[in-house]
Amino acid sequence: MADIVLDKVTKKYPDGTTAVHEIDLEIADGEFIILVGPSGCGKSTTLNMIAGLEDISSGELRIAGERVNDKAPKDRDIAMVFQSYALYPNMTVGENMAFPLKLAKMPKAEIDKKVAEAAKVLELTEYLNRKPANLSGGQRQRVAMGRAIVRSPKAFLMDEPLSNLDAKLRVQMRTQVSRLQKQLNTTTVYVTHDQTEAMTLGDRVVVMRGGYIQQVGDPQTLYDNPHNLFVAGFIGSPSMNFLPATVEESKLRTPLGDLPLGDRVRRALSGADAPRQVILGIRPEHFEDARLIEEHQRAKGFEFTAPVDLVESMGSDKYVYLTVEGEHAVAADLEDLAADAGGADLPPQDNLVTRLSAESRVRDGADARVWMNLDKIHLFDPRDGHNLTLHEGQAAGVNAA
Amino acid sequence: MTVVSRQKAASPEAAVPSRRAGLSEGKKQERRLGWLLCAPAALVMVAVTAYPILYSIWLSLQRYDLKFPENREFIGLANYATVLTNNYWWTAFGVTMLITVISVAVELVLGMGLALIMHRTIIGRGLVRTSALIPYGIVTVVAAFSWRYAWTPGTGYLANLFSPEGAPLTERASALAIIIFAEIWKTTPFMALLLMAGLALVPDDLLKAASMDGASWWQRFTKVMLPVMKPAILVALLFRTLDAFRIFDNIYVLSAGANETSSVSMIAYNNLMKGLNLGIGSTMSVLIFLTVAIIAFIFVKLFGTAAPGSDDVDGRR
Repeated sequence: MADIVLDKVTKKYPDGTTAVHEIDLEIADGEFIILVGPSGCGKSTTLNMIAGLEDISSGELRIAGERVNDKAPKDRDIAMVFQSYALYPNMTVGENMAFPLKLAKMPKAEIDKKVAEAAKVLELTEYLNRKPANLSGGQRQRVAMGRAIVRSPKAFLMDEPLSNLDAKLRVQMRTQVSRLQKQLNTTTVYVTHDQTEAMTLGDRVVVMRGGYIQQVGDPQTLYDNPHNLFVAGFIGSPSMNFLPATVEESKLRTPLGDLPLGDRVRRALSGADAPRQVILGIRPEHFEDARLIEEHQRAKGFEFTAPVDLVESMGSDKYVYLTVEGEHAVAADLEDLAADAGGADLPPQDNLVTRLSAESRVRDGADARVWMNLDKIHLFDPRDGHNLTLHEGQAAGVNAA
Repeated sequence: MTVVSRQKAASPEAAVPSRRAGLSEGKKQERRLGWLLCAPAALVMVAVTAYPILYSIWLSLQRYDLKFPENREFIGLANYATVLTNNYWWTAFGVTMLITVISVAVELVLGMGLALIMHRTIIGRGLVRTSALIPYGIVTVVAAFSWRYAWTPGTGYLANLFSPEGAPLTERASALAIIIFAEIWKTTPFMALLLMAGLALVPDDLLKAASMDGASWWQRFTKVMLPVMKPAILVALLFRTLDAFRIFDNIYVLSAGANETSSVSMIAYNNLMKGLNLGIGSTMSVLIFLTVAIIAFIFVKLFGTAAPGSDDVDGRR
């Protein structure tokens, strides 16, 4: 049990590329922190530096207050779970879990006791004498976890531990990991590229991109108050809708129509360098079928009509894809997001993804009258992607005039 | 080959006999086509290996000396009795075993070192690998001659350096040492190459996991790398053992088998080609063939215990 502090930690490779730029991060004792980002964002490199598998080029890494930059992995007293599980194929499940304890020269009786305990927690008791080759993916994953927990290390590092499991098992293991971490209360750093895992598992989430930290915060804060376009687009599924918008007098001209500007947004846009061209971001759940909106709410929003492209009924609610004519939002952040998602995870360019109540009677092919909550919109600067509507870290609603 | 291996792979689960009989017409056709496609290769193999082997077995059962061709006669296993009760044979056998065991053991260690270096090298990888392979690329006889000149008293630089007084190639112990040395120098790269292929089988994550688990470099090597590489190591050992047991050219050039440094291949050659004794020579060839087969059999048995499918049985505690 220990806290982990990264103080301007940088990783530079001999060929000159910098994988991680001066990262500052304080991980509290017992905290479950998630490093998330698209591939190549430096999250695994950061984890490997904490593990000691990669050298730190500059900056300082402290575990439990002690500088460990120059310590070998084995002297840092941290355990790691790998995406490939990295089980020793020549050893049985029991031997795999006992391996770190054997190396630590623990007495045999104690090793057996600890392995038995861990096996019980992870429901592996009946498999102790099997070789990893004869286990299913989920069982192997649990063995890898077991090998980490038997040591009662200062911290757990997990490098996409669930990525090799099928979708259903991943959800089960996710809750198991979460429960195990709560039970053991051991500091855990967890790397993933899956924003759902990030949102559901962590106490705090660190969104990374290109070797820089974009934002650190608890999942809800990241979701509600993204600092920039990248975080806004990366967190949440289906992801946030982005539309180009132009600021004109007291109006915001968008492909959906002219939105009224509230006072606070006007103030946010009043700075000398405030852009005229902005990107409007709004999450799918902040739309609603206009017919289902109560009168007193109607005033807080904006109504528009758009042709329905597709309706996906999820039972609890409906995903309605609306066709929006006009230009697309353009920004470097959005291109990065699209590249990461392979275009698949983001709404198709001409579509606005909305999440309406199940009672909505919107149908394919027809026009729909849709209400949008103006309190929840975000405006981003397309030049650097930062969120213009954040004030002291809080989203400022665009109040209806 | 595909057909054969498929049959083998299917055999454990095909314990139910009806399965075979139940093959569909298409499957039968496919199998027949498989055999037909293999047939030319199989015929060539029979022509170039089976025939000479059978012929030499036939020769080994006869008294057949080309100097006295009229005495040719079928004598059963008498030649085997002659060879197996003969001191020359057993001396040569001992020498061969000695050379095999020492050279293969040393090659394994050096080859592993070389393989690790080649595997880890990042800068100039191609150059390192190429230069490491040079000895293996040189014709054995040429290399052996250069060693012989190097160890020739008076003119050889190694002889002048290490034994200015004596003639190392004319004394049994030193001659054997030089032969073994030449053999090691020549084939270590081959060993390294095979072992390097094995090293590539060890996932990086496994070594990372071991270092996280607290293993030192040596523990990672012995407890993780070696067990994972075991199949590759056994293959390398098998190849080299079979090869080393048939050692001929180095001895032929370096000592010509003088001072009891002959290997079994040397004396087989001497009897067969120089002595023109087809019966005794063939007997020795057959014995060498048998020994090689036994070595291979032992190794394959070892593989059997190491094969992934079978290790869960004896792997249980």
